Amino acid sequence: MEHIELFFKSIFIDNMVFATFLGMCSYLAVSKKVSTAIGLGAAVIFVLAITVPLNWLLDQYILQEGALAWLGPEFASYDLSFLSFIMFIATIATMVQLVEIVVEKFSPSLYNSLGIFLPLIAVNCAILGGSLFMQSREIATLGLAFNYGVSSGIGWFLAILAIAAIREKIRYSNVPAPLRGLGITFIITGLMAIGFMSFGGMLTGGDEPAAVKDSAVKVESIEIEKEKEKIADKTAQVIQ
Amino acid sequence: MGLLSKKDSKLILDPLADNNPITIQVLGICSALAITAELKASIVMAISVIFVLGAGNVVVSLMRNIIPSKIRIIVQLIIVATLVIIVDLVLKAYAYELSKTLSVFVGLIITNCIIMGRFEAFALGNGPWKSFLDGIGNALGYGVILIIVGFFRELLGSGTLLGVPVLGDPIEKTGLYSIGYENNGFMLLSPMALIVVGLIIWVQRSRNKALIED
Repeated sequence: MEHIELFFKSIFIDNMVFATFLGMCSYLAVSKKVSTAIGLGAAVIFVLAITVPLNWLLDQYILQEGALAWLGPEFASYDLSFLSFIMFIATIATMVQLVEIVVEKFSPSLYNSLGIFLPLIAVNCAILGGSLFMQSREIATLGLAFNYGVSSGIGWFLAILAIAAIREKIRYSNVPAPLRGLGITFIITGLMAIGFMSFGGMLTGGDEPAAVKDSAVKVESIEIEKEKEKIADKTAQVIQ
Repeated sequence: MGLLSKKDSKLILDPLADNNPITIQVLGICSALAITAELKASIVMAISVIFVLGAGNVVVSLMRNIIPSKIRIIVQLIIVATLVIIVDLVLKAYAYELSKTLSVFVGLIITNCIIMGRFEAFALGNGPWKSFLDGIGNALGYGVILIIVGFFRELLGSGTLLGVPVLGDPIEKTGLYSIGYENNGFMLLSPMALIVVGLIIWVQRSRNKALIED
């Protein structure tokens, strides 16, 4: 159950592109054609599935406070979490290069379709973002970390596929000249993100109010209380 | 600009408008959008990027002749990561609340495409002083867009600027609110950042026709 929940949550609710804007650079640059978008999307899923569990292990056994306890009791008080940026990015960069070499050696056909995108991916914010969110959301087990990597990769894939399809079609529409290309892509992505917000109640069945709604309700209730006070004051005056 | 030659000042001024990293080169969008719901966070983010890009460009430019070209991406990433850790620790020490709001997005400066893009395109082929100016210029161009987006989102979304109410009090119904103005809570949600940037691009390109695509 936990796994299914995390899976759908990372694809739809916390979609990397629409909720947190990760990997926007390559999302905008490589989404002109559906075929290249599929290639990059697949490469992102692949790399996320490898790096997120790997960084989870790194975080759990080396970086976290007290994580070095397995070396001996005198290491138990070490907290290396300030090193996490540098360790994560080093892991990602090395893994990407390693994957590139391995894929080139063992599966030339896969290399031909993924290969050109792999170097691009080392600096894709979605990959580092995946690891950083994994750390800040305190994902509990290795299995869940793998699940998180794959599902957020799928979410990213979905987003780039959708925008590439829309961009292929929009070339035939009459967009105002200054908005052509980049501008309209931004606005469409914004609209898609609004659409994806409707997935917000998917797992709770709409029982829990969304965070923003909550604050609006609070403001209203404060207003109502103020009104009540005013009325009370007026009645007090009238009585006097 | 008496201090800078014409070429040098071009390095700084160009990225501010006609070669803006966000609206023209389409780099560094990720972090630009997620943290612009408040003006304060945008300003801090802009300052962090100015520091990282300025310092990083100088370091890469100084090392440009000793970095082997095959592993240059990893070397560059390590340089940025070190600078970003400095920024992160400074923020945690002096502005803890803000560093909570920015959360992972400070870390994501590492993969901000502007930084890698400038390292690759400029710092690897130019001297330290020029690289420094180029870094500052591009980071300023990035910061300008961030601050514009942050300004409008905070003003229209919560009626405040830097946390100070400027349009009156929504509860007491003073200022603009007395004539029925309402905050647009929609501006605080993340999709609006994309639409605001889209509108900025629209304005910029209709003023300068040379930038229009296709």
